Amino acid sequence: MNIHEYQAKHLFQTFGIPVPQGKKATTVSEAIQATQEVLADAWVVKAQVHAGGRGKVGGVKVAKNTDEVKQFTTEMLGNRLVTKQTGSEGLPIESVLIEKTYPIKREFYLSILVDRASERVMFVSSIAGGMDIETVADETPEKIVTLLIDPAAGLQSYQCRQVAFDLSLQGSQVRDIEKIMQGMYQLLLEKDASQIEINPLVETDDGEILALDAKINFDDNATALHPDILEYRDEGQEDEKENKALQFDLNYITLDGSIGCMVNGAGLAMATMDLVKLKGGSPANFLDVGGGTTSEKVCEAFKLILSDNNVKAVLVNIFGGIVHCDVIANGILTAVKEVHVTIPVVVRLEGTNAEQGRNLLKNSNLGLVAADNLASAAEQVVALAKGTA
Amino acid sequence: MSILINKQTKLICQGFTGRQGSFHSEQALAYGTQLVGGVTPGRGGQTHLGLPVFNTVEQAVKETGTTASMIYVPPFYAADAILEAVDAGIGLIICITEGIPVLQMLKVKAAMAGTDALLVGPNCPGVITPGECKIGIMPGNIHLPGSIGVVSRSGTLTYEAVHQTTHEGLGQSTCVGIGGDPIHGMTFTDVLSLFQEDDQTKGIIMVGEIGGEEEEEAADYIKGHVTKPVVGYITGRTAPPGKRMGHAGAIVTGGKGTAEGKVAALKAAGATVVDSPTEMGSAIKACL
Repeated sequence: MNIHEYQAKHLFQTFGIPVPQGKKATTVSEAIQATQEVLADAWVVKAQVHAGGRGKVGGVKVAKNTDEVKQFTTEMLGNRLVTKQTGSEGLPIESVLIEKTYPIKREFYLSILVDRASERVMFVSSIAGGMDIETVADETPEKIVTLLIDPAAGLQSYQCRQVAFDLSLQGSQVRDIEKIMQGMYQLLLEKDASQIEINPLVETDDGEILALDAKINFDDNATALHPDILEYRDEGQEDEKENKALQFDLNYITLDGSIGCMVNGAGLAMATMDLVKLKGGSPANFLDVGGGTTSEKVCEAFKLILSDNNVKAVLVNIFGGIVHCDVIANGILTAVKEVHVTIPVVVRLEGTNAEQGRNLLKNSNLGLVAADNLASAAEQVVALAKGTA
Repeated sequence: MSILINKQTKLICQGFTGRQGSFHSEQALAYGTQLVGGVTPGRGGQTHLGLPVFNTVEQAVKETGTTASMIYVPPFYAADAILEAVDAGIGLIICITEGIPVLQMLKVKAAMAGTDALLVGPNCPGVITPGECKIGIMPGNIHLPGSIGVVSRSGTLTYEAVHQTTHEGLGQSTCVGIGGDPIHGMTFTDVLSLFQEDDQTKGIIMVGEIGGEEEEEAADYIKGHVTKPVVGYITGRTAPPGKRMGHAGAIVTGGKGTAEGKVAALKAAGATVVDSPTEMGSAIKACL
């Protein structure tokens, strides 16, 4: 789960991580009001969307006076921001963050995450802040320093000092960075964050260390343990179909192709998408209806797939194990009747009672294509989507 | 022989009297697995499915001599269940539960360091040695005792590999689902080393997916240590970066964990990599 920058900065303050003075605004008048509360020579107006890369596309602007704050806020609010992380439709800007600007001496990168290879919590720091960290890792890997935390001992002071000296910090700044790192570590542990990223972390002309940006991801497996974090959720920033799917315990991800895919099991769902591509088609979605699916789920899954106007044909790929194929076939028939499916549907059933399942589909007269195997199912659905079958 | 489990394996179920635990315990018994009892705290002394229920894993070990446990407890209790099994000296712990918070698994793995216990999963279909012992949620009837070792991060893709090798008449020695979570127990490399040592296993199918670097590590291991033919299949080539594809661990972040990188690593290690999930069975047959 993602949250907004202003929410992340609120959490930062709770955990003792210094952030710029600022205030969130959802209207132009709130933005003007904010400039009276946050006294400054200039303000930065930051569009609040769940995506990075805002600065390059006009989502972060420096206003020299309240007129400019008004102008930028008016331009942003109610519009959508398209960054390289959002896809072509972009995300709605429903709030902005008005912050004081600071004279900046240097910019750093600091993040904490769960590293799967070492099975440890890891800090990543770099003197090359404000840049895309993946680019830094590719071009100048020597500028990236990592450290691992022993889960029993926790984050040690010497580890924080190492980061401080790597970043050429001095005097009281060494203490400051330790406080920031301990705050990040505690925040990660207490709230089950999977990653906290500060890019950039800045040193101001006054020697102050501040988290200029803030990005936090939370472990989806743990959000149920944290009602306070769930309150930060903003469904307006999420894909509507993906949220609808979750209500029915379906795993759905929107893609941009023309072939709807309905599959049981995450691995097989990915494999089905890959196979569609391999046969010259393009998948419209990832959809996992679960290892042991039911006819109700199949029904809802059909509705979801068909709500995407790009979909020209549907491929249903079910490996019936504990759930028998004839049961699944009946579920598909019920769904097709109920949802009034008018585009071609190719069904591949394999596993327990597959033959009975296929016969049910063939004898239904609903125009379903019952494929004999997965390879031919993929070929047929690609041809049908292209109108060449 | 087979790996990890066989006819002699004595098993208990943690979360025995729950809906999932009950259903899959019945299935295991029907397959012929030596399930000798189960654990549900507070229900000790009762009988379930004709078998004794214990309050603790320690008691179950003492009374039954079990060496393996399968875990079907809900996600927020599963880390506790794994560590209880480790503490009771269970040698093989198979955790089916999906949805355990990653920080809890991080602690579990740290606590397991220095013990001899083997953990399979979590978020996995389990382990089966066809015709002998089934521990998990896989459908027993698609399997055939035979010569191919199957190891996979995905449930239904494991069934594809099983179905295809059964169809080719090769059958399976043992199938291990290592699970779809970012932090989990036995790795591809751990299972490959067991298959390499196992006389019954003549060839190996390894099913990987996007996310993490375990397939790359396995490729390194194959290069230096595995003399048996390995067929690899990697799924998630069309998955968009930054999106979690069902499994918590199936995500490409920061350009790492891509399908292309894994395919290249396996090919460089001498494995046969198939482009289509429909070709795993025929490819391993061609290698033998």
